[in-house]
Amino acid sequence: MRQTDEAAVMSGVGSLTVKDFEDAQERRKRWIIIFRIIVGVCFLSFWEFASGRLIDKLFVSSPSAVFTRLWKWILDGTLASNLSITLYATFLGFLIGSLIGFSMGLLFGRFRTFAEIMDPYITALYSIPKIALAPLFIIWFGIGIESKVAVSASIVFFVVFLNTYAGVRDVNPLYLNSLKIMGGSSFSSLRYVIIPSASSWVITGLKVSVPYALVGTVIGEFMSSNRGIGFLISQATGLFDTTSVFSGLIILAVIGAFFNDSLGRLEKYLLRWK
Amino acid sequence: MNISIESVSKHYVSRGRETHALLPVDLKIQKGEFIAFVGPSGCGKSTLLNMIAGIIQPSSGHIYQDGNEITGINTHIGYMTQMDSILPWLTVEENIALPLRLRSTPEQSRHVKAKEMMRAVDLTAFATSFPNELSGGMRKRVALAQVLVYNPTVLLMDEPFGALDAQLKLLMQQRLLDVWRQNGQSIIFVTHDLAEAVTLAQKVVVFSGRPGRIKTIKSIDIPFPRDPFKVRFLPEFKAAYEDLWEILSPEIKKGEDN
Repeated sequence: MRQTDEAAVMSGVGSLTVKDFEDAQERRKRWIIIFRIIVGVCFLSFWEFASGRLIDKLFVSSPSAVFTRLWKWILDGTLASNLSITLYATFLGFLIGSLIGFSMGLLFGRFRTFAEIMDPYITALYSIPKIALAPLFIIWFGIGIESKVAVSASIVFFVVFLNTYAGVRDVNPLYLNSLKIMGGSSFSSLRYVIIPSASSWVITGLKVSVPYALVGTVIGEFMSSNRGIGFLISQATGLFDTTSVFSGLIILAVIGAFFNDSLGRLEKYLLRWK
Repeated sequence: MNISIESVSKHYVSRGRETHALLPVDLKIQKGEFIAFVGPSGCGKSTLLNMIAGIIQPSSGHIYQDGNEITGINTHIGYMTQMDSILPWLTVEENIALPLRLRSTPEQSRHVKAKEMMRAVDLTAFATSFPNELSGGMRKRVALAQVLVYNPTVLLMDEPFGALDAQLKLLMQQRLLDVWRQNGQSIIFVTHDLAEAVTLAQKVVVFSGRPGRIKTIKSIDIPFPRDPFKVRFLPEFKAAYEDLWEILSPEIKKGEDN
């Protein structure tokens, strides 16, 4: 018995102190979740209470009406048909924008002279509010999904591009030199030093651009479309149907949270060395 | 002859001014020799080391290794710096095996050699750990294993143990001396710590303050194997240390006034 206790103390694994500490952490986590639920419940109850009593129901609808509407949409297929199109456009826009942004960021980071030549043009393009491009994209790509993909890709591109570019310039030259001395080619510099080193910047860029991708798609849908969550919201707004507007907003919030959570998991895996 | 430095100098231009980092120096390093560079900061000792590594090019003069002029990155050396150059996103084993992978060593022998090196630096238990999970001394051992794994005949070390505490430093010195005794590489060791230079090197090259040049080359006549923990109590150590301090101290004072 004494022996095992000592071993535990020496290795620090499974000792009583460690167990106490972990239990305390676990308890804290549980409490935080409980309080989160309490905050949510309080908010929804207040909303339900205020609706029709303090504020006109026309403006704020009510949680019960919103959830009834959402349930109805789930049952009659409205949700599936509109959500799928919005998700698809957001995901595709996000993917295309981040792939191009990432490759361009690497290219600019590696070829300084090229980057210097292109700099004023990039800055000029960056300063254009990407939303202002939406009408142009609708002319080019029509009112189908392509124009929504283009809007969100153009927004995501800049965020990921600028972050990757910054990440590549931030690489410690010591790593590059020591890799070359160890016998590395320029391809291995990219593979073993530049990309891993820039990865935390890139992931930050990806996380920041998730809401933007969604914004791009929804704005595109607002302007002209016949399907999608943005379409649902803008149609409901025209009809003063706030219940549907809030339902749409909740769906968007859930999509955003879901995307962000997936990226958070990816980040945890890719940056496990930090 | 392993390394031959022939009237090598280096100057930089910055903000419209030319700075002489190193005036022309000549130096020959024999195969298997352990040489230390000491001098005040800014004396060009690291600059010279970086030129041997091929990271920067001399403004004039030539450097030869085994008769071949060094014109670009020198892959025939091992290079260890004060800062951690091991890659934080690779595990201990991946880091140690990296030079072999870059030199396209077959996977089988890569694995065997990496295992062998990890045993040599007592890190087998940490094979799958990332550098951030290790102590400073352990990271140094990974770095040492990483430069030794591909058997370079020359080791360049730029204050490699500068960031370690006094005891750990002595342990690393001992490890380095063991490695050197077993493999007989040529070692060029840059340090600002005179005691470290006297403990390790056969010859100490003293650089003068900026603009840097070689002031003196002094042989340290303490027999090997040396024990870093005990060597400092020998009368020869004391004598060598005092001699070198005599030569070095005016340079350091000069640096202070600049």
